[in-house]
Amino acid sequence: MTDDVLGPGDARSPGGLAAERLRWGAGGRLLVDGVDVTAPPGTVTGLLGPNGSGKTTLLRLLAGVRRPEDGTVVLDGTDLHAASARARARAVALVEQDATTDLPITVLDAVLLGRIPHRSLLAGPRASDRTAALEALDAAGAAALRDREVTTLSGGERQRVHLARALAQQPRLLLLDEPTNHLDVRAQLETMTVLRKLVADGVTVVTALHELTMAAHACDHVVLLAAGRVVAAGTVEDVLVPEVLEPVYGVRVDVLRHPRTGRPVLAYAES
Amino acid sequence: MTPVTVPVSTERPTAPGTPSTSGAAPAPRGSSGPRAAVWLVGAAIVLVLSVSVAVTLGPAHLPVSDVWRSVAQHLGLDGPLGLDRLAPLPDGLVWELRLPRVLTAAGVGAGLAVCGVVMQSLTRNPLADPYLLGLSSGASLGAVCVLGLGVAMVLPVAAFAGALLALLATLGLAGAAGGLTPSRTVLAGLAVSQLAAAGVSFVIFWTSTGDSYQDILSWLLGSVAGATWTSVAVTCGATLVLGGVLAATGSLLDAFTFGDTAAAALGVPVERARRILLVLVAILTGALVSQSGSIGFVGLVLPHAVRLVVGTRNRLLLPLSGLLGASFLVWADTAARTVFAPREIPVGVMTAAVGAPVFAFLLWRGRGRA
Ligand SMILES: Nc1ncnc2c1ncn2[C@@H]1O[C@H](COP(=O)(O)OP(=O)(O)OP(=O)(O)O)[C@@H](O)[C@H]1O
Ligand SMILES: [Mg+2]
Repeated sequence: MTDDVLGPGDARSPGGLAAERLRWGAGGRLLVDGVDVTAPPGTVTGLLGPNGSGKTTLLRLLAGVRRPEDGTVVLDGTDLHAASARARARAVALVEQDATTDLPITVLDAVLLGRIPHRSLLAGPRASDRTAALEALDAAGAAALRDREVTTLSGGERQRVHLARALAQQPRLLLLDEPTNHLDVRAQLETMTVLRKLVADGVTVVTALHELTMAAHACDHVVLLAAGRVVAAGTVEDVLVPEVLEPVYGVRVDVLRHPRTGRPVLAYAES
Repeated sequence: MTPVTVPVSTERPTAPGTPSTSGAAPAPRGSSGPRAAVWLVGAAIVLVLSVSVAVTLGPAHLPVSDVWRSVAQHLGLDGPLGLDRLAPLPDGLVWELRLPRVLTAAGVGAGLAVCGVVMQSLTRNPLADPYLLGLSSGASLGAVCVLGLGVAMVLPVAAFAGALLALLATLGLAGAAGGLTPSRTVLAGLAVSQLAAAGVSFVIFWTSTGDSYQDILSWLLGSVAGATWTSVAVTCGATLVLGGVLAATGSLLDAFTFGDTAAAALGVPVERARRILLVLVAILTGALVSQSGSIGFVGLVLPHAVRLVVGTRNRLLLPLSGLLGASFLVWADTAARTVFAPREIPVGVMTAAVGAPVFAFLLWRGRGRA
């Protein structure tokens, strides 16, 4: 089967993620309206925008779990929506904003779910799957949670487990929906360090974020959405500026400088 | 793109005593491999013993050896094994009366338990059971039409037809409401179920007098009292074939743990998988219900009980629930026909009477877990 493995793509394509003209609507409203996203391999792209601006919806289209009404999602030269679901799942992992379960599943078993696309649906986890799952748990800083039940975890712990599950999937494109929103400050930085390590290995990362200062710290590119459209896209220095942010969020924004790193620190006040 | 340096060190010191992942650690609950094999082999042995012993129990007591001699005789193995022939009376008791009934109970119990696991995983609803799609009410309607209205049809065929009509109505309704999401499936099943139940009540109210009422009630509560070798063929055959297929879908069902989007992100064609699995469950359940009526409780509670003990991995949970469900129903039916002998009570009453306290105990034991 030719479509069973998402190939490295043809030589002309730049690699990484290239989504064009994405459109998706529900309830008679366009929630994603002609969105383009490009993310070169080895970079972290931040997806920003107010509540309801379409970040989650866009991530689902990029992950291939929802089919756009129009537009294409191309990863390393291959159209994701034309590939088989399994081939896509071997290349793309998605960490959802709030994935829960009522089942008494253990953390290790939850992380092992990430290995499903890598084996026959009839087969059980092999030793190599277990190794990959344990490594992913380690990388996500959740090794100590291994035998806990997911339903008993705190929000932040659960978020690490979902990250580990996505890492166990060993994707070339990792999509995350607000992966740090339940995390304490140190855990947020740790998560971002995990993402930086991944991109150093050539993975493409796209992550929705609310915390603009975090985006300024950890992202190479940012895409700013409002009402389902791209308002601005580019480097942190281009997009995370008061002139762009103030009309979108409706607040006063001041950009300070981090005394140690020199990266932007954003401060807000009601306008 | 400049690589970004994160401002503070993010190395979190590992607390002393934190279990490390690299070392050889004890296999956690529900892990596959040897422990799973032990569970399955153990449950299979329990099932064989349960069947053998259950056949010996009843008004006339038989030794277990008689059971095996009768089976060997009918399989033509008594000659090669050099066994004495069994007298016609005990042989008839085993082969014509008790064995078909016990095996039917085993087939029904196994099938219902497997279907229960599938339904709970697919809908992510702990209250889901094989009858969720309106199947039991649909089958009941078909059955009471035969028993009450005297519709000229063989009862199992009518019941099976009723179950499949209910399935079509549920899938159609859920589809028309926008697709087979778990909540829509549950709600559509509820609507169909209520409608068919109203039909059942109407027929009973309109037609019933003494005898037919008892027949109808015993069918509605579930019973394997009249089981024949045909019942064995239908129930065990359907359970082995369809239940076997369902039991192989463990990884697929696992993928639904965190919802439909997560399943899709793991490469599962969500809508198609759900539709196919629901239809398989419906055909299997319909076949079982056609022979035994709708026996409650097994498909709802047994999967929970097994899950509490061995964890959530469906690859183990499905076959183990099947084996234990078979033993459970064998014993429930044995109790139904012996405890109040010579009177017999419907096995559905027994499953609830035995299963509910067991489940309450498991819940109590598992307290403190979410
Ligand atoms: N299936 C749906 N039907 C109708 N409206 C929807 C649907 N899914 C999302 N929406 C709406 O689309 C808009 C975008 O939703 P989305 O979840 O993508 O926003 P978001 O940017 O992720 O928001 P947040 O920051 O709050 O997570 C919201 O107004 C939401 O209410
Ligand atoms: Mg969102």
